[in-house]
Amino acid sequence: MTDDVRVRLEDVSYTYEEAKKPALSHVDAVVHPGEFLAVLGHNGSGKSTLAKLLNALYIPTEGTVLVCGYDTRKEELVWEIRRRAGMIFQNPDNQIVATVVKEDVAFGLENLGVPTEEMIPRVESSLAAVRMNKYADSAPHMLSGGQKQRVAIAGILAMEPAIIIADEATAMLDPSGRAEVLDTIRRLNREKGITVVWITHFMEEAAQADRVIIVSEGELIASGAPDEIFDRVDFMRENHLDVPPMADLASWLREQGVPLKKGILTVDDMVKEVERVLCPSKSDT
Amino acid sequence: MLNNITLGQYYPVDSRIHRLDPRTKLICAIVFIVDVFLADSFIGYAILLAFLYAVTRLSNVPFKMLLRSLKPLRMILILTFLLNLFFTQGETVWIEWWIIRITKEAFLQALFYSLRLVFLVAGTSLLTLTTSPVALADGIEILLSPLKIIHFPAHELAMMMTIALRFIPTLLEETDKIMKAQMARGADFESGNLITRAKAMVPLLVPLFVSAFRRAGDLAMAMESRCYHGGEGRTRLRVLKITRADRIAMLILALLTVCVVLEGMLF
Repeated sequence: MTDDVRVRLEDVSYTYEEAKKPALSHVDAVVHPGEFLAVLGHNGSGKSTLAKLLNALYIPTEGTVLVCGYDTRKEELVWEIRRRAGMIFQNPDNQIVATVVKEDVAFGLENLGVPTEEMIPRVESSLAAVRMNKYADSAPHMLSGGQKQRVAIAGILAMEPAIIIADEATAMLDPSGRAEVLDTIRRLNREKGITVVWITHFMEEAAQADRVIIVSEGELIASGAPDEIFDRVDFMRENHLDVPPMADLASWLREQGVPLKKGILTVDDMVKEVERVLCPSKSDT
Repeated sequence: MLNNITLGQYYPVDSRIHRLDPRTKLICAIVFIVDVFLADSFIGYAILLAFLYAVTRLSNVPFKMLLRSLKPLRMILILTFLLNLFFTQGETVWIEWWIIRITKEAFLQALFYSLRLVFLVAGTSLLTLTTSPVALADGIEILLSPLKIIHFPAHELAMMMTIALRFIPTLLEETDKIMKAQMARGADFESGNLITRAKAMVPLLVPLFVSAFRRAGDLAMAMESRCYHGGEGRTRLRVLKITRADRIAMLILALLTVCVVLEGMLF
């Protein structure tokens, strides 16, 4: 089957056992190769359920999920899907299996039955890609949260995936750890062309993505470039989502009659735009 | 504070003994235990003692560490010694007073059985002092793998050991955190008698268990998403290799066994 998209969701619904309401209902979405896609939603919106559907951890109750062209419903394809769609979880402690960093990175390769001689260079290069090669022989419990998440990323990377799915991978980290992990993922996305599905409830993180989709109450309610999405301040509010403070300020200033252009997300954007409005001569030169 | 705990009693230095394959060390330890039971005289014990001494010297583990491993055993040792001393029948009476009767034979037997215990513990301690728990788990997995024919879960057992070792520091850290949180709310873990103190542990253990179960669920999911599907078709990053040193070690143990058996037949 030829398919030019990494992930295709067709009318996907998922209902947990014993739950009355579906966690996700009738979701249609695609993820393009090389894309950095952010999935935004508040707690209980169904975004984590969506993540687990992409890795065949959950099988849709209705509809089809195709990962790299493979149908997650087919049991014999489960390992093919999981080696291509690596998943990073929220809790850095609860996803490290081995007692030494490099052995944890090798865990996925060991499961795939990769021969030892091939495993060693792959573990080394994965650790180098997340800049953790210095810690190859450390014990995981000695590392910081951000470092543990980078080890988890290396473990996925060693399997040479087409997609990395990060399910709120920064939610339990401090600000510096959060930046560390997001920067690593963005670099891998840019340099290695790995498709990223970044699930988060942090607006600032979503603002850095190529495209954002918003999930609310189990439904996909919006999809678009970050600046388009965050300019719809009222729409975001209605769905109990924050907007980046600068987008919020820009929208208020526009209401007050300041002619700011659309798509302001960061302080830098704002500074440039205010400069342009206040001293047009300066920005001309 | 909990960062530097060593697991088990592994003594992390480099030595010829440390570098041996864990399987070799496991097999040697078992052979040594058999030899201890085969030895039936003090001459045999002298051979075993010489062997233990040589191995300890080679392993760079201080004798103090070996003695420390005997410490939890001291009550059992004393009991073994006294029971054998008082209740063994013998000819050559040394002391006889009221109901107490100590003979030479009884004394020798008491000494003999106490020493046997000491040898057993010292021998196995040398194994755990020189082999990291993870290496031990690996060794056990491979040695038990023939039992897979009778559906013995060798791989699962080793995986369980590894995961337990991985999570001991994490859970200790968490215990510490919960304890401090409960103390901040006025919990008292230190005063009172045994029962009060045991009761005070409940608000510590309940959240710890709840979180351990949650961790188990998370970890299972993370392992599955990294293609874990049991031991079948699995390769290893760390491959155990039998080297010349391992063959020599096994040969020495075989020689030791021969010496002990010959000694038993000759004397």
